[in-house]
Amino acid sequence: MSDSKDLLRAPFELAYNYKRSNGPIMSKFFEALGEQKILGTKSSTGKVFSPAAEFDPETHESLKEIVEVGPGGAVESFSWIETPQHHHLIKEPFAFALIKLDGADTCMLHMVANCNEADLSIGSRVTANWSEVQEQRITDIKFFTLEK
Amino acid sequence: MKKVAIIGYAQHPILKNAGALNEVELIMPVVHQLFDDLGIGQKDIDFTCSGSCDYLQGAAFAFVEGLSAIQTNPPIKESHVEMDAAWAMYESMLKIQMGDAQTALIYGFGKSSPGDLNAIISLQMDPYYISPLWPDRVSLAALQARVLLDQNIITKEQMLTTVVEARANSKNNRNALITDLINESDYFSHAMISSPLNNLDCPPISDGSSAMIIASEEKAYEFTDQPIWIEGIDHRIESSNLGARDLSTSATLQASINQLDLENIKFDIAELHTQFSHEVPFLKSLLNLQDVPTNLSGGPLIGNVMMCAGLDAIGKTYESLKDNQLKHGLAHATSGPCLQHNMLVHLETQK
Repeated sequence: MSDSKDLLRAPFELAYNYKRSNGPIMSKFFEALGEQKILGTKSSTGKVFSPAAEFDPETHESLKEIVEVGPGGAVESFSWIETPQHHHLIKEPFAFALIKLDGADTCMLHMVANCNEADLSIGSRVTANWSEVQEQRITDIKFFTLEK
Repeated sequence: MKKVAIIGYAQHPILKNAGALNEVELIMPVVHQLFDDLGIGQKDIDFTCSGSCDYLQGAAFAFVEGLSAIQTNPPIKESHVEMDAAWAMYESMLKIQMGDAQTALIYGFGKSSPGDLNAIISLQMDPYYISPLWPDRVSLAALQARVLLDQNIITKEQMLTTVVEARANSKNNRNALITDLINESDYFSHAMISSPLNNLDCPPISDGSSAMIIASEEKAYEFTDQPIWIEGIDHRIESSNLGARDLSTSATLQASINQLDLENIKFDIAELHTQFSHEVPFLKSLLNLQDVPTNLSGGPLIGNVMMCAGLDAIGKTYESLKDNQLKHGLAHATSGPCLQHNMLVHLETQK
């Protein structure tokens, strides 16, 4: 048997270790997040999708018109996590929530933090809190907190 | 439509941790049990199709290794779906419809114990808007549970009843993983994982495999005198835009119900791929199954092998119709968060 230092080794990273394009609509959405703005897309019937959708899943219409929404919104549903798991981004008790941003007709999945479970209910008003560093990712919104 | 029948189904005992047993060793016993029961071999199979998830094994094309469980020389016609094996069954049925096969072997397998299923399911979500937030599968299900509770479509008591009944029904299922009974105070004393779901509302981490053989009308009676016919089958998917869906109902399931004309069928039994307790009363209401014995096998709450549990719902419906001389059974398989993708299968014994 050879010593372990003689073994050939190769790194194995289980991850999306490739780059991909965000496309014409989502690029605008993520660029705007970098400027602390939240965008949506508007259909010909006036329905606003945020986060910005490339198409309307019901009519299949391609969505091109961009509108600004939020940063406040209402909680449409939430799941409260008292004990976060190792992969969660927030290490204190928090909620995953579907948030209908002001001016939007669909919900954004995100997190609500800095509150107790009893403080949250369907209809609670929340607003976006921004990450210290903007990377043009959905995590540029750090989480939502209850409106004061 | 050509008539297609299920002629055999086998399920590995559901394990909490299969340990060193690899996927091949999980698949082989169920395939060979089926072959032995029917007195056939791989040479009698025109098409083989499997369902599994490479994310569970953590390697691209990991499903190819599963083929080591069956004889592939001389070469076979074979396919795979990165989905629950219920969809492998659907593909096989299409293959028979097209006249490319008379018989098909379907198998599904999954080992959830080695990894962290919650983290793995997060990776399968929309990589732009959802995956980077790492939502676990329980929290996503809990979003729908809260909507259903808030709108009084279901009640907390129905969720409790579902959990209690699943465990009581585990006595009907020799392969069940969870068999201990619970009462109301046990249920309410369990801590929430992701409120409103506690760990009894969620399925156990499970390892296992299942296999099924289907055949055309010409072939079915060569192998068995008790085929169970696939009278209707339909599957539809909702948008991957979770926030654009109405979680209080399912427009796609309603479309499937209409397509299969289910409202005019009196079902004797139903098996639903309901991984979370709130999904049982929700689907029973949508599918009009209030008076139909449902999940007599215990369902996914007493054993939930990823990529098999949907095929198991079809297999358990098949077994129940065959063993109890019943006429109509309804099976349901699902995939994706909050019942995003659903398949309904209407099984019927020969008139």
